[in-house]
Amino acid sequence: MRTAISPLALLQPRSLRDALRMLRDEGPLTPLAGCTDLYVGLNAGALADRRFLNIWGLDALRGIELRGDVLRIGALATYSEIVRSADVRRLLPMLAAASREIGAVQIQNRGTIGGNIANGSPAGDTLPVLAAADALVELRGLDWTRTVPFTGFYTGYRASIRRPDELITAVNVPRVEGAQWFRKVGARSAQSISKVVMAGVRAGRPRVALGSVAPTVVRARRTEDALASGAPIAEAQRILQEEISPIDDIRSTVAYRREVASRLLAQFWAATR
Amino acid sequence: MTAAYRPIVFTLNGRRVSLRVHPLKRLLDVLREDCGLTGTKEGCGEGECGACTVLVDGRAVNACLVPAAQAAGAKVVTIEGLKGRHPLQRAFAEHGGAQCGICTPGMILAAAALGPRPTMDEVRTGLAGNVCRCTGYEGVYRAIQKQEAGSRKTEGRRQKPEATGRKPGARRRAPNSRIPNPEPRIPMLRRRRT
Repeated sequence: MRTAISPLALLQPRSLRDALRMLRDEGPLTPLAGCTDLYVGLNAGALADRRFLNIWGLDALRGIELRGDVLRIGALATYSEIVRSADVRRLLPMLAAASREIGAVQIQNRGTIGGNIANGSPAGDTLPVLAAADALVELRGLDWTRTVPFTGFYTGYRASIRRPDELITAVNVPRVEGAQWFRKVGARSAQSISKVVMAGVRAGRPRVALGSVAPTVVRARRTEDALASGAPIAEAQRILQEEISPIDDIRSTVAYRREVASRLLAQFWAATR
Repeated sequence: MTAAYRPIVFTLNGRRVSLRVHPLKRLLDVLREDCGLTGTKEGCGEGECGACTVLVDGRAVNACLVPAAQAAGAKVVTIEGLKGRHPLQRAFAEHGGAQCGICTPGMILAAAALGPRPTMDEVRTGLAGNVCRCTGYEGVYRAIQKQEAGSRKTEGRRQKPEATGRKPGARRRAPNSRIPNPEPRIPMLRRRRT
């Protein structure tokens, strides 16, 4: 491990309320859940954070349940729990598909959906699913709870509207009508980070969201408009190119990402016909 | 300095341990340095290779990505917990599932988490996070698939149950109690008695 841990501090709350009080009074603190991202940074000596909040044991943030028509997924639900959930598989199969392709079993047993959201990587695999599903993020502070549309959660690269004294407590997904579709393109099917990832919903008004093609997850609304209006797929593909802004990086190139995004859109449209 | 840390209590290979270590120390380092269990290997240190796989409450995790504080109250099983007597250990030896050995403890624990009769699909998915640079994986998969048959075959060939000084039919339970454990019969895997 390339980070010296002796100067680091870990605060250990006993309850959600305790955790929220610590965030308000003893911050800034970085919440730690499954550690599948933060410990990679810590191991590499690439994490500047020095004070952490251990939220892994907060049972109030666990569990996946159906509340009326809304699927409520606790922030600490792991990818394994999501894959095993009969409610997720029935109502939000594209989230089960995405969770199944994150890392491998060891990562799926520890990584959480709340962590995927909080980490805010443009390559986060559940993020296009949540964007396409019109999910809502529940944020709690010591004296308040607010629920915000996931599509408005990010303000820039790894930046969000979450205040430093708030925790992501759950993600709420209203019933999704129509056929769901998910596809991740990476170097191999396990353990790879996406070059391009896309989730789609085929309904009266289709929904399309992509990851790894912009500083944040992208909901391609003009592409959706084109598809909804019955425009030919080539036209929708042309518009999609205007809605994404991929970069060259260690995992892929602009040209490859543009080509793959285009093809994924066509695949989605053909597969859900 | 160490005395300032609150004790972290968990079950390690069936025994309760209480350790005063930094709460952010990696479980991998706690196992190797504070518990002296060096069977858990460090490969990449970033959750890619699976060499440090251990079982936490029966599930495979990367010990390089677990802070000690999060092991509190959990049941942790390392390769030492299988005591060299697990059918998978014998099968890996018999079917060429192990070569240099660095990935092997993680492979065996990831396989143990799948239960006794995984399908080939479950094996490939369950071990997708365990990287090996020697074997080409086929020997590993074959070992996991043949773990039961392999141990029966060995029983007939090597020695009678009475020869071990244990009652016929008596079996020890591995810490991962879903899998019944026959007697040790491979000398190279038997733990040295001191």
